[in-house]
Amino acid sequence: MEAEITVHEYDVLVIGAGGAGLRAGIEASSSGATVAIISKSMLGKAHTVMAEGGAAAALANKDERDSWRTHFRDTMKGGKYLNDWRMAKIHAQQAPDRIRELEQWGAVFDRTPKGLTSQRNFGGHTYPRLAHIGDATGLELIRTLQQKGIHTGMDVFMEFTVRKLFKKDGRVIGCFSYSRNDGSFHVFKAKSIVLATGGATRCWEVCSGSWEYTGEGFALAYWAGAEMGDMEFIQFHPTGMIWPKSVKGILVTEGVRGEGGMLRNSEGERFMFNYVPEMYKEEFADTEKEALEWVDEVVSGKLASKRRPPELLTRDVVAKAINSERDAGRASKHGGAYLDISWRDEEEVKKKLPGMYHQFKELAAVDITKEPMEVGPTAHYVMGGVKVHHETQETRIKGLFAAGEASTGLHGANRLGGNSLSDLIVFGKIAGEHAAKLSKEIREFEEIPNDEIQGVIEETLAPLQRTGGENPASVVSDLRQMMQNKVGIIRTESQLLEALAELDNLEQRACNVFGGSGKSYNPGWHQSLEIKAMIDVSRMCTLAALKREESRGGHTRDDFPEPDHSHWGKINSVIFMNEDGEMEIRFESYPPIPADLRDLLDSEDLHEED
Amino acid sequence: MQTVTFSVFRGEPDQDGDPFGKMVDYTIDLDEGMVVLDAIHAIQAEFAPDLACRWNCKAGKCGSCSAEVNGKSRLMCMTRMDDILDETPEGESVVIRPMQTFPLVRDLVSDTSWAYETDRRIEPISGPGEVDWEYYQHEADRIQEFRSCIECMLCVNTCHVMREHQKFDEFAGPRFFVRLASLEMHPLDKKSRIPEIKEDFGIDYCNITGCCSSVCPAGIDIRHNAIIPLKERVVTEFYDPIAIIGRKIGLRR
Repeated sequence: MEAEITVHEYDVLVIGAGGAGLRAGIEASSSGATVAIISKSMLGKAHTVMAEGGAAAALANKDERDSWRTHFRDTMKGGKYLNDWRMAKIHAQQAPDRIRELEQWGAVFDRTPKGLTSQRNFGGHTYPRLAHIGDATGLELIRTLQQKGIHTGMDVFMEFTVRKLFKKDGRVIGCFSYSRNDGSFHVFKAKSIVLATGGATRCWEVCSGSWEYTGEGFALAYWAGAEMGDMEFIQFHPTGMIWPKSVKGILVTEGVRGEGGMLRNSEGERFMFNYVPEMYKEEFADTEKEALEWVDEVVSGKLASKRRPPELLTRDVVAKAINSERDAGRASKHGGAYLDISWRDEEEVKKKLPGMYHQFKELAAVDITKEPMEVGPTAHYVMGGVKVHHETQETRIKGLFAAGEASTGLHGANRLGGNSLSDLIVFGKIAGEHAAKLSKEIREFEEIPNDEIQGVIEETLAPLQRTGGENPASVVSDLRQMMQNKVGIIRTESQLLEALAELDNLEQRACNVFGGSGKSYNPGWHQSLEIKAMIDVSRMCTLAALKREESRGGHTRDDFPEPDHSHWGKINSVIFMNEDGEMEIRFESYPPIPADLRDLLDSEDLHEED
Repeated sequence: MQTVTFSVFRGEPDQDGDPFGKMVDYTIDLDEGMVVLDAIHAIQAEFAPDLACRWNCKAGKCGSCSAEVNGKSRLMCMTRMDDILDETPEGESVVIRPMQTFPLVRDLVSDTSWAYETDRRIEPISGPGEVDWEYYQHEADRIQEFRSCIECMLCVNTCHVMREHQKFDEFAGPRFFVRLASLEMHPLDKKSRIPEIKEDFGIDYCNITGCCSSVCPAGIDIRHNAIIPLKERVVTEFYDPIAIIGRKIGLRR
């Protein structure tokens, strides 16, 4: 008997309802296209809600020396020059307008004394640049876009999972989805599709991601024939909670360090002074005295004349430093580092970091206004993703667009804090605009062949038809542990090779899991279906990490500890499925940076003589 | 290591949409620092992978894992087992049920689609066309409290206008008075929301018992800071004779 299917038709289909998806949906529906948003969780709950520190935009409200040029320069430097410079330019130029637009739509960011949007300091940003509301900026962003979105006329399908993208003649024509709520099957015909599915950090045991971050967007694109770039670059945020075990990985905002938080080891030493990389030497304080003077200047609202504390180095640097201190036997009580903001005024801490205050008080019984926090690295962000055209966000597949963490290019080898929220709204808008534009050129919806639909239904139902088997939770748990141990912050060839072999084993085990037989809101069934994507995404990351024989940004090889500017510093990895259905990797470069933009960069970083 | 028994609701709606199911006991080992949601995940991993439970961030930021633990409305991810064990009488199990005010989907998952329908009825901000506004932190403070709402719906679950009297069609519920207050007091919003707050959203039903404030995981003082000021504005607009005369002769807006 054939399963019952509901068929829907939309000009533009957006998969994912976080910041990028909502911004794309708003843009597409306000240009007159019919739009549906498919969301794995409920509206307003997407992963964007967890973003804390702020959205980076060179508004120059706090320091008039800032401009898009400095933002561009900081983004490229932080990304260790593997960024698509064209996207970095568009991002730096357009972010201020996108932030102002959010305020027009009702967002209420913290204010400067002059009544403008306030901005906060963050790692790798030369000037205070992050628009924020306390430490809950993601919530403000998603709620604003959600409120705007539901009134622009888009339809929202909540708690739906997409299982497959359909194509005809190289163009995307729709997708298959099921309702997590009641298990019903749905085919969406669409003239264009925007993937705004976020990342995949749930593949690691210690991560700051929610359950949604299983990488299905990456996998859908890859299975459909799109190219995946930079998958070796995973950002381990230096400060996640490490104790108690139950909260391990939960994010501690970089805003703590932006507000003057100091990192110390078990000996009480402010160790970050020992880890300032050559390329940042000139910009960071080399004494505790100077670092303190910088905080004093910034807190009192003056323009900073001193150099910044080394705690505000980029995330890759700080995460590796905490790791090295631990390896040297100088870890905090539970194996991380101490992060101390208690030296600042109690009321100020509560006002600027209310979420952190409550998070530590309620989950770890620590009062951050009185004692230091314990923190350690947590898998936080995938710099890699679906390769897109820099001006349109379209992938190699006609009609398929990607934006936000799902896409790659802007961040290079390491993302700066705050550049993610601005990425969502800048490139979400661009993707929505071009998806709508393309949909207008297409007159008819395409028929989706029944055998393809039946094939994906069969796969989707398979776990329900088993009568017993391993609990999917144990396969996922083993996968996450394996990725943590073998494809973590520090990698070596032998462990990466072992990881590839273990992924094959896990794939076998995944074929036999049993999560219960009901179709109505059955998390065991949902998890059984997610594993395949998690394994393929883990494989992409491992393969790309194995091939890149150097250390740079969010990829560190113990066997190749130095950056190699002459070769690896000029090429980006590209993963794709070959004609035999196998995963293959090649490398390519972005076009050369034009002279006017190159002049904005630090010439000694570029190693042009190499 | 301590073992604890949980009594968890398992069931689905019957043909009339009423919850049909039973309480099932699960015993698990507790680890240091666990929250209730960890316990649910442990039950899923050990005994019941198909136990339905909605959750996302596990950090108190998304408001997905609302449930009733020992009869109280709480976020499972922010409720520590230490505290629950302190309040659970010895020898008794920890009782976990879905929110009782909303229709049941399955096990611990409720159908909160009413909230999304109500949200659509609220007209969005009517803000400035030009990009040239200024407003100050003291103006922002007031509504930033409202904007910290994570839409967990625990306030609606505990509000007796909803829970006992099911006034879903006539009453917006605490969550949406917070939303309306954030618009009514927004420095950039030009629209007066008072007539609809009275007529369409039924604020008069609320008799300010403050149950909503007491369960809010974001710590919003819903009663004092959102609902009472809105009620005062309704009174001024509709019942204050001096204000009404003042408006008629053009002394007040």
